[in-house]
Amino acid sequence: MTASTDRVSPLENWTARFAAASATPVQFSIREVAFATHINLRVDAAAFGAKVRAVLGCDLPVVANTWTTGGECSAIWLGPDEWLVVAPDGRNESFCADLRTALSGVHHAVTDLSANRTMLEIAGSDARVALAKGCPLDLHGSAFKPPQSAQSLLAKSQVLLQCVDANPVIRVFVRNSFAAYVAEWLLDAAAELAASRNLDTPRIANRLA
Amino acid sequence: MLQIDCPWCGMREEMEFSYGGQAHVAYPKDPHAVSDEDWAQYLFMRDNPKGLFLERWVHSQGCRRWFNVERHTVTHEITAVYKPGEPPPAAKP
Amino acid sequence: MSGTAANIARIEGAGKIDRTRPLAFTFNGRKLQGYAGDTLASALLANGIHLVARSFKYHRPRGMLTAGNEEPNALVQLERGPYTEPNLRATEIELYEGLDASSVNCFPNVQFDLRAINGLASSILVAGFYNKTFMWPKGFWKKVYEPALRAAAGLGVAPDSPDPDTYDRMHWHCDVLVVGAGPAGLSASLQAGRRGVRTVIVEEAPEAGGSLLQRPATIDGVAGTEWASKAFAELDAMPNVLFLCRTSVFGYYDHNYLMAVEHRTDHLGPGRSPGVARKRLWHFRAKRVVLATGAHERPIVFGNNDLPGIVLANAACTYATRYGVSLGKCGVAFVNNDHGFALALETQAVARNIAMIIDPRPDPDDALVKRAAALGVRVLCNSVIATAHGWNRVSSVDICPTRGTGLARLECDHVLVSGGLNPAVHLYSQAPGKLRYDANLACFLPDQCIQTVEVAGALNARFSLDSALEDGALAGKRTLHTLGQAVDAGAPAEAKDELHILPVWSVQAQLGLKLPGKHFVDYQNDVTEADILLASREGFRSVEHTKRYTTTGMATDQGKTSNVIGLAILAASLGKPIPEVGTTTFRPPFTPVTFGAIAGRDRGSLSDPVRTTPMHAWHVDNGAVFEDVGQWKRPWYFPKPGEDLHAAVARETKALRTTAGVMDATTLGKIDIQGADAAEFLNRVYTNAWTKLAVGSCRYGVMCRPDGMVMDDGVTARLADDRFLMTTTTGNAARVLDWLEEWLQTEWPELEVYCTTVTEQWATTAVVGPNARKILKALAPDMDFSNAAFPFMTFREGVVAGLAARVFRISFNGELSYEINVPSWHGLALWRAVIEAGKPHGLTPYGTETMHVARAEKGYIIIGQETDGTVTPQDVGLEWAVSKQKDFIGKRSFSRSDTARAGRKQLVGLLPQDKAFVAPEGSHLVASPERSTFDPRLGSPSIGHITSSYYSPNLESAFALALIANGRAMHGKTVYCSQGSGLKPMTVTDPVFIDKEGKRRDGID
Repeated sequence: MTASTDRVSPLENWTARFAAASATPVQFSIREVAFATHINLRVDAAAFGAKVRAVLGCDLPVVANTWTTGGECSAIWLGPDEWLVVAPDGRNESFCADLRTALSGVHHAVTDLSANRTMLEIAGSDARVALAKGCPLDLHGSAFKPPQSAQSLLAKSQVLLQCVDANPVIRVFVRNSFAAYVAEWLLDAAAELAASRNLDTPRIANRLA
Repeated sequence: MLQIDCPWCGMREEMEFSYGGQAHVAYPKDPHAVSDEDWAQYLFMRDNPKGLFLERWVHSQGCRRWFNVERHTVTHEITAVYKPGEPPPAAKP
Repeated sequence: MSGTAANIARIEGAGKIDRTRPLAFTFNGRKLQGYAGDTLASALLANGIHLVARSFKYHRPRGMLTAGNEEPNALVQLERGPYTEPNLRATEIELYEGLDASSVNCFPNVQFDLRAINGLASSILVAGFYNKTFMWPKGFWKKVYEPALRAAAGLGVAPDSPDPDTYDRMHWHCDVLVVGAGPAGLSASLQAGRRGVRTVIVEEAPEAGGSLLQRPATIDGVAGTEWASKAFAELDAMPNVLFLCRTSVFGYYDHNYLMAVEHRTDHLGPGRSPGVARKRLWHFRAKRVVLATGAHERPIVFGNNDLPGIVLANAACTYATRYGVSLGKCGVAFVNNDHGFALALETQAVARNIAMIIDPRPDPDDALVKRAAALGVRVLCNSVIATAHGWNRVSSVDICPTRGTGLARLECDHVLVSGGLNPAVHLYSQAPGKLRYDANLACFLPDQCIQTVEVAGALNARFSLDSALEDGALAGKRTLHTLGQAVDAGAPAEAKDELHILPVWSVQAQLGLKLPGKHFVDYQNDVTEADILLASREGFRSVEHTKRYTTTGMATDQGKTSNVIGLAILAASLGKPIPEVGTTTFRPPFTPVTFGAIAGRDRGSLSDPVRTTPMHAWHVDNGAVFEDVGQWKRPWYFPKPGEDLHAAVARETKALRTTAGVMDATTLGKIDIQGADAAEFLNRVYTNAWTKLAVGSCRYGVMCRPDGMVMDDGVTARLADDRFLMTTTTGNAARVLDWLEEWLQTEWPELEVYCTTVTEQWATTAVVGPNARKILKALAPDMDFSNAAFPFMTFREGVVAGLAARVFRISFNGELSYEINVPSWHGLALWRAVIEAGKPHGLTPYGTETMHVARAEKGYIIIGQETDGTVTPQDVGLEWAVSKQKDFIGKRSFSRSDTARAGRKQLVGLLPQDKAFVAPEGSHLVASPERSTFDPRLGSPSIGHITSSYYSPNLESAFALALIANGRAMHGKTVYCSQGSGLKPMTVTDPVFIDKEGKRRDGID
């Protein structure tokens, strides 16, 4: 007895709704980026960052709430000894194995979390305002821009935000079971902004840019 | 709502944090060497001052790190924030 | 146009309304007309309608007292159906085409209110009358008095169907938040905005200007209104400035966190802006705050001072200047300060209807008196209004000299009153800022605040336009200076006395006379001077107690016009200076906020996250009924057509014990624990030992708090020497991770251990029952599932249904059981394959109810059901899992006198003698059915309670788990479960009901 080996992402059935909400991408767009490699890495970066770099081709950021990129990977700061390594789909097993080998004898934890979360990428002039409807962070363009990231709340879900472009393009990492809630919430936020376009949306978006 | 200066993440809203009660209440090194009275003190009794209070918080929705805060219990003014293992402000030279 | 003709009280050429845009509206069913730019209040007054409401207790006729947010009388019900909103102030409702409003608290109508009879009964409706009058007979309060009183003394009506509107919320950070866009606020904002700092200006009116909209003024050679709109335009064009009108800051919280409600579409009317959120709740975090909230004028207490037509001077001036509305043909003004005096003259300049100014002061400002003469207004000094007369509208007033006696009656159709100014200290006080009483100005002023806030304008006792503008600029500069900008704040200007007030709180007290009529302090709650004096005579000394006893200031207006007067009257009656009596506490909200606005976007499907597992779609397709477990939706049971819970669970439970069942166990918490000290760490947090657990094996563990009480349990597997996978209960997953981190970070930083949550990395399918092995064999032909190769409490990695998986042989039901873990993205595929493979073997999907029944049949506890934070491992029969050798969190507490004592409650099983009796969980148990001989209403004392209770098809009987004092010594005895008025006998048993020998867990090969 065998099962389908096709993977199912948490937001697989949302593609059409995301496309509809992204009709005017200058203002707002949203898509799921599924199946990327997510590795949670815990180690003393000051002492052993070089070993990690040798495997990933990427430095671990030491400045809180920032991310770096290098080779195939980006590394997002989660805590003083904790990072989320994001790499292309399918690299989870080899990177995990290589990291464990490189760090053997060193206190570390390498945990494959590729199936633990999914990622929503939102962009456009409304993106910051949409998030500001439920996120207590200061999302002003001067306060949240590349290479920044932050863990916080979006409405009632814990999220990791990564600002990948000041324009902006913002990635929202969310645990599988919260993904539908966050997606529904973001679509609702964006719809309200679209309906209010003649009232105040551009003015407010402009004030957060 | 308070604004708390996480020693790692900087100023964040209180809703990202969880409260951990009085700071510097160490778990006894050998609990079995402690009298019943002292053990009960450790378990149940905490200070409740009107004024400056050293307390623990954890940035539960952020970096998940525990730290200490010196807060005025009347005004909610936060006068110091420091990492575990660091001395409280009054103890600093 | 007929509507224009109906605007009988419009002043030709006056006001800033748009006469080219007439708007039709309805009030109490009457079709009326106003203009764009009107409020409902100004439009009603323009139509000559002064009587708009009935008072709360006495049902006295009431009209507009004010023109702003402090209005106590003119409460209306706006619109009908689901959109309707009660108790809105007519003075704040912007008129729109088709607006439909009605008076609240009137029966049958506002003109003729039957309940005005309460006014005749008023000698008994005094302070505290509810408490005093309706005490007897017992039981009448709930059945008779309260419903009647609620019907008689209600305000508006809440909507009774779902709100069709949407609401929004926004978090916003800024350097400077300016509250109020009057002259001072605008002046401060220009300072901040021009410097480029992130500035927010919040104004509750539809446009900027504040008092500039209400009074004629000239600034820098242009009209005040023009200056205000230029300032607005300049600020609104700045990218660093967010200017919000129609937005009320209602709460000032810690660390400069302020909340405001923006009324985005109210002024457009219902249903005109589809998809646009009606209100938006703003959450501001500001580095600095400038409060320029202005001041409220306050009335003077005299006889029948609540009659329609008696308004504040500021309101009369606003109606004339801003709305072009005259309040009557013949007005008198009663003022005790220069500010009110000037307002009366400004009203006269536009409306030409003020005959006389009555002023208790001997010497009003010379210039003002001369202006009065020029405007044809008589000034009567050293005089007060003693009593007003009229029916539904003031028709005359009695005037009395402040010294001496003798009343003169003066005909009039409206009265302007100004008893002084109360700076709007509400937000400042919430901050919390301390207030000081200024005896010279007869008002409370901001004194000291722990937050970084500046005050400006009338709030800061700068009552004239020039000083408000100057003060605002200075506040802006001081704010910028504290933000590190190179701005010279200069020296603060001395406050000048711009009021020259002679405090008159109550005319009776001033004259030392008893005057006829009712003397109102709090209009909305119908509290009179006599009520406060009565409270004082009855011994109330504290202002907080007097407030609650008389209900002064406790209505929806929060006493904006009444608080200070009330406490001044109290102070006088106590013979104390006002500062010694002090103010009551100002609390949020400054103005009422609807529940819709508070709920915001958290409605319907967004009210709380609904967490689902990767297999959820299958559960839905197969008719699962779901149970909420925290935020998770878990299948509760899978009914076949025609089955109820009982029938479905009977079938599922049977299958699990005779063939096989399958359950989605994904929601269990999973924590990956890595590091050289991982085993030592588990030794410290679990009650049992972990060092010797072999790699590839699992162990059940119990976690206690330091007080020795059970906190969580679960099975933990050793993945490697330095790596464990811990499972937690579904509801405790986050709490346990936090707990582990707390100990690692704060107590044992020397341990080399890292914890990472992996709950959602894995999807878990539990295959349970005698046929489980057959099903697993079909799914994973390459794995060896024999007892020898894959014993109980071990795990193996392998390929299941073509997917890489980790299979745990653990059991929460006593049956042979395998839990298959695959990465969550394969969870649904695996589940489907398991269902397929199970078909020949009677595999039945089951939900949480069957899981509960099955585990209870085996006496397995559920955290939070058998435990409640007062239960030790020993209490629930887990001493076998408590190490005698090593130390662990909680061990010390097992020798505390209370934990070690005899007679603690212990886990037992219960079998009802009536096998069909499923006892309600939580039921108390007694040892004897005897009643107390002392009081036959009492039974014997409780000896414990039922923690879990189900019907078991396997036992063919209901059964229960319970915690009973000394329960283990009571096996075989009968206890009684209270059930309604009777008692049901139950037999105490061992908590393991099925397979005590544990033979079933190996299944059949």
